[in-house]
This record gives sequence, structure tokens and C-alpha cells, in this order.
Amino acid sequence: MATSTSSKLSKAVKQHYMDLPQGDKVQAMYIWIDGSGEGLRCKTRTLDSEPKTIEELPEWNFDGSSTYQSEGSNSDMFLIPAAMFRDPFRRDPNKLVLCEVLKYNRKPAETNLRNTCKQIMSMVDNNHPWFGMEQEYTLLGTDGHPFGWPSNGFPGPQGPYYCGVGADKAYGRDVVEAHYRACLYAGVDICGTNAEVMPAQWEFQVGPTEGINMGDHLWVARFILHRVCEDFGVVVSFDPKPITGNWNGAGCHTNFSTKEMREDGGLKIIEESIDRLAKRHQYHIRAYDPKGGLDNARRLTGRHETSSIDEFSAGVANRGASIRIPRAVGQDKKGYFEDRRPSANCDPYIVTEALVRTCLLKEEGEEPIDYRK
Amino acid sequence: MTEPLLQRKWIGVAQLRLNKAVRQQYMSLPQGERVQVTYIWIDGSGEGLRNKTRTLDVEPQTIDDIPEWNFDGSSTYQAEGSNSDMYLVPVRMFRDPFNQDPNKLVLCEVLKYNRLPAETNHRMNCNKVMEEVKEHVIWFGMEQEYTLLGIDGHPYSWPTNGFPGPQGPYYCGVGADKAFGRDIVECHYKACLYAGVNIYGSNAEVMPSQWEYQVGPCEGIEMGDQLWVSRFLLHRVCEDFGVVATLDPKPMTGNWNGAGCHTNVSTKLMREEGGLEFIEQAIEKLGKRHKEHIRMYDPRGGKDNVRRLTGHHETASIHDFSAGVANRVASIRIPRQVGQEKKGYFEDRRPSANCDPYAVTKAIAYTCLLHSEDREESEEENIPAM
Repeated sequence: MATSTSSKLSKAVKQHYMDLPQGDKVQAMYIWIDGSGEGLRCKTRTLDSEPKTIEELPEWNFDGSSTYQSEGSNSDMFLIPAAMFRDPFRRDPNKLVLCEVLKYNRKPAETNLRNTCKQIMSMVDNNHPWFGMEQEYTLLGTDGHPFGWPSNGFPGPQGPYYCGVGADKAYGRDVVEAHYRACLYAGVDICGTNAEVMPAQWEFQVGPTEGINMGDHLWVARFILHRVCEDFGVVVSFDPKPITGNWNGAGCHTNFSTKEMREDGGLKIIEESIDRLAKRHQYHIRAYDPKGGLDNARRLTGRHETSSIDEFSAGVANRGASIRIPRAVGQDKKGYFEDRRPSANCDPYIVTEALVRTCLLKEEGEEPIDYRK
Repeated sequence: MTEPLLQRKWIGVAQLRLNKAVRQQYMSLPQGERVQVTYIWIDGSGEGLRNKTRTLDVEPQTIDDIPEWNFDGSSTYQAEGSNSDMYLVPVRMFRDPFNQDPNKLVLCEVLKYNRLPAETNHRMNCNKVMEEVKEHVIWFGMEQEYTLLGIDGHPYSWPTNGFPGPQGPYYCGVGADKAFGRDIVECHYKACLYAGVNIYGSNAEVMPSQWEYQVGPCEGIEMGDQLWVSRFLLHRVCEDFGVVATLDPKPMTGNWNGAGCHTNVSTKLMREEGGLEFIEQAIEKLGKRHKEHIRMYDPRGGKDNVRRLTGHHETASIHDFSAGVANRVASIRIPRQVGQEKKGYFEDRRPSANCDPYAVTKAIAYTCLLHSEDREESEEENIPAM
């Protein structure tokens, strides 16, 4: 089993140092999304006192030529603090700070999708859009093979693993448990976890969270997962189809509701929204993975509990459809719906933004509207 | 593997196996009034650090409470056996993150038998220059890059017979396939905070197993003091974990980044409104003394930096001087923010990771604030270590 060398460093030695008092000084770890649109980067700075709000955190900058974001001759990029969380690795009073990235001319970087998302969310404040995202992921050893799988081969076929228990069914539960606690400590809205259909695949859910917070909380939850896995010496992959063949892919099913949908008779609004989504399938597919649909093409095959990428479909309790209306919602005639199309490595900012544009702002056509013009 | 290498690896691994619980039993013993003070100094290589400890009867409150000491310079490349006593003169005191309060770490200057500064004691002349330019309130921030190695000398966590994937995903990276040895970085950071070193920040660097931390802003002579102590802390933390930190400027040849010690500089005038003018003046002066600075920017008069300053991997060529806003392949970079606000600081990207910060800060202060056509730097001030 390939766990990293670093994970074997003495934790007793580490504990001695981590217990050292630090006076009034506070460590703030700035986190940002790199040029790939999927990768996370981080670096730390010392502050003279504990920041109480996000406004107290200073702007910073970094070398964008080392993160696929700029050229060496003009490489400074800006980090703008956007959301602050407690640090579950260094503990209080230290902080994790999620940031937006601006280019040298202070325009949003190409993969800074938060900027537009925030603008769109501010237009629909009164509708109170709630999201819940189900983040699936696969644990790998440092050799790139799924964690716990035999080195030269495969485990038994899918069937016993979903929500399973036992050393022959659940691979890497320690990571899941540690991640859950770390999210709770940090202040991330984690609402549940379960083992998934493929062995070494897991899922956690974040929500219900309103507006821009969905993207913030999901990105920080992903960062925490990467860091927890690093500590254990394994690797987490958000690739939507890590193993070809008769193995499930990994998605990020997105549950969505507005104030109207949650009220009596809301099912009507849900059905109207689904009609609108049906007419805009290609636009959404482009928004639902960082490669404009190319990643999802490997996953949305119409098999393994997915819909086909080429067709839009919806149905009550239907896991083979693009949109699933939960049975309880069908019965209560109000609630929410689940968009099953987003890939595990999607950017939650653009996913949530797309749902708001189509369902609340009632946009049509292939291109999003630029409301700044 | 050759026989001696096998033995070395085995011994290294054995040391790692020393029981930390047993150690803790002893480290938690009370020590009454008496205090352990660890004296730290730079040896004859100009890069290596040495240390030894003595007991004091009572906790020293200031540096003046700590007595001079001496050591055997013939064992540190600093003296002949026939006349080997050298003096240790305490200059700055820190809390001890290894033995903890009330114990201390004390950085020392080294004097020869005749009480003149040792060859690698660049602090004395640095201090003279800093005193002379006091009114300018010169601040420094130094970005110390370093590479972690296993006890076998190969970069830490790299595959034994090979290489990791190419550079790209490692800078500021997270994940077991991207960040190698973060525990060391975390522990070093805490140790610095505890000790009282002005650690500004840390990040993973472009080459895997390479890291960086920054110390500053520090005024004048403080920069060298703090950076040297931060390096001692790094070596000590690595020792506890059984790995090695190297400050070599080009530990891996080929398409792998080197390690530098970018030095950020500002004076009172540069930090005030319209300061950009003074920054540009300083850069012009630096441009006229490129060769002199290169000699001071590593402990081998430029021979180490030649392997690193190639013009590739975010470096400027060692042969040319250049400057630019937000330009990471220039000798001097003016940060974009500074270009916009027209005041602030500049970054000299030339110093090697294993530079002596006293020599570097002294050279910069001298060139920017003191040097003129009529004034010659004294012979003494201009000698590199080897």
C-alpha cells in the first residue's frame, strides 16, 4: 500500500512543536484556486493579532507563473480574502482564508469564477437560493492506484461497498472521520458522509447553504480533504472517472431550492425550472466540469447511475436522469430538486451560478447574460 | 549502494528510533533555578552552524547577563591546533523552543585569539555600516529557500532510483503527491514564533521537497541575526525528524529550480509618498556594482551562484544586471503594488540560499546609501569567505 514517506515522520516529535505557545501571533493560511480551475494552492503569513472578521485580513500576492496563471515577466497576482474559517490543523487562533485571485490589472483571473457568481447571487438575495452539494471522491495511494485495492489488480465487483462496514468493504474510513471532524471544527457546513458504490470511493455533503457560501464552503471542504489525506499519506482524486470499466464515476450532485419552491405548491415552480433547464442542457454541461464538458463525457455514459451527456431527462426518484425529484418532494408537492450532472471536479461557483441564471433569472440560450453592460 | 552508504543509512534510521517517550521523561524534569544557555556560531565554512551549551545560575534577562565564552577553532575550520582558542561574544538572545523556558539560545560573534573578527564573522563590519546608515531606517525581509534531503542525500521523499513528475503542481501545493515534508515546515514555524524570530510566512516551492520561509521586516543588523537563528532552528527541527535541510543553491541539476534568498529592501524615504524615485536611484547604484555584489552573495565569491543564476528557472543570468516591475527573471524585481503606489520596497533576487545575510545586507546598505565615486570600500569590508 503506497502511503507517502512524509506521513511516516514522527508525530510525537511534531506534537512537541505544535504545542509550543505562540503569544499573540496568529498564522493565516491563504488558499486559492490555481490556473487549472481544479488545483488548490496555499501559503501562510503571520499576523500580529487574531482577526475577528474577514475585513481585517490584508490583501496579499503570489507568483502566478508557478501556478499556470501568468508569465514570468509579469507574474504578480493578487489574493483578496473572501471567507475565513478556523484552522483544524494548527487550531485556534490560527485561520484558513479562502481568497479570490486578481490579475496584475486587478481583473479576475481566468479561473476566478467566484467574482461573477457573487454578482449573480446578489441579484437574487430575496429568493434565498439554497444549495446542497454531494461531493464524491476517490482515495488513491501515492502510486496512483485506488487506496486499498490489490497492487496489481482489482477488488470484487461493486455491490457490497455502498455504505458498507468492515475491512473488506470500507477502505480508508479514518480519512473520512478525520475530515468530518476537521470540517466541523473549521465551521464548514458539512451535513453528512457515506461510503460510495466503488470501493475506496466516498462522499460527503455540504449544505444547505445559501448563495455564494455554497462555493466557499465546498472549496474549503476540498482543501481540508487534501490536507487530511496529505497527513495520512494518501491522495484524493476528484476525477469524474478514475477507473474505466464497470466502476462508478464520481459526481457532485447539486440540490437546489428557492423560497418559492420550499413553500406550499412549490412543486409547480420546480417543474417550471426543470423545463427551463431542459432547454439549456448544453450551457449547463459546459459549466459542470473545468474542461467544458470533456471530463464529464467520460462519466455521463447513461450507465452506473448517470444520465447520458447527450440527452436531458428528469424524473421522480430516477437516478438515471439528469434531474431527479426526490420521492418525498413528489409527495409533499414542495421542496427541492437534484441536478445529477455536475462532475466531482466541477467549480461550485459556476454550477450554482448556472442554476440561478436559468431558474431564477430565467435566462435562455447558449450564452450567459453579462448584467454589467 | 556501497557498503559505507548502507551503514550510514542504518545508523541514521537507528537514531530515529530513539524513544521519544523516554526522552520526555527526562525533559520534563524540573531544573530549579539553573538555566541552560546554548551558544550558536558560524564556523569557518561561512555556512555551517555550531553550538554548545552551558549552565547559568539564574535566568538571564538581557544579553548583557550572558558571559563571553570560547571554543576550539581547530575543530571548526577556524584555527590551527597550536593556537586554537577563539572567543564567543553573545550578541542576541532568544527563547529555546527545544528545551523551552527558561532556557535560551544565544547567537554569538566569533573573535580570533587577538580579538579581531574571525574570517567568517561578517557581522562586525555589517554592524558598522548599519550604524552609519541608521537615520535611513533600512528594513529588510529575506526569503529563505531550502531543500529537504533524506539521510542518503537524495531529496526527501523522491523515489529512490528516480525523479518525481516535472515541476508545475508543487508550488504552494497541497496533498501527499505534491507537498513533501510539511510537518517540518509547520514545526519550524512554531519554533520560530516561540523563540521570538520574526517569521513572516512560509510556502511550498516550485521543486518538490523545496520550501521557503520569510523573516522580516527587520531593521539593520537584526536581519542577519534573525536569519541565522532561523536557520539554526531549521537544522535542529530537521535533526529531530531525521531529515536534512540543505541551503545549496542548486541541489539538483537539470530542469529543477535552484534555491535563493531573495532580499527585500526599503528605507524610510522609499516607504514614504513618492518613494519610487529613491527605489529607482538605489537600483541604478546597484546596477553599477553588480560584480561586487555577486561576490558577496554566496560564501564562495560567486562560485555557488554560478550554478543557480542561469537565466532559467526564474533567475536572471549571473553575467547581466536587470530590473523590472513584477519581473521574476530580472536581478531586481519591483513588486507590482509598489509600481502602482509609487512607494514601498524592491526585491534583490540574486543572493544564494546559502548566502551570509550579514554580507548581503551590508553590501546593499553600503551601495545604496554610502558608496560614492570617491569612497572606496576598505579591503577588510570586501573579502568573501573563501
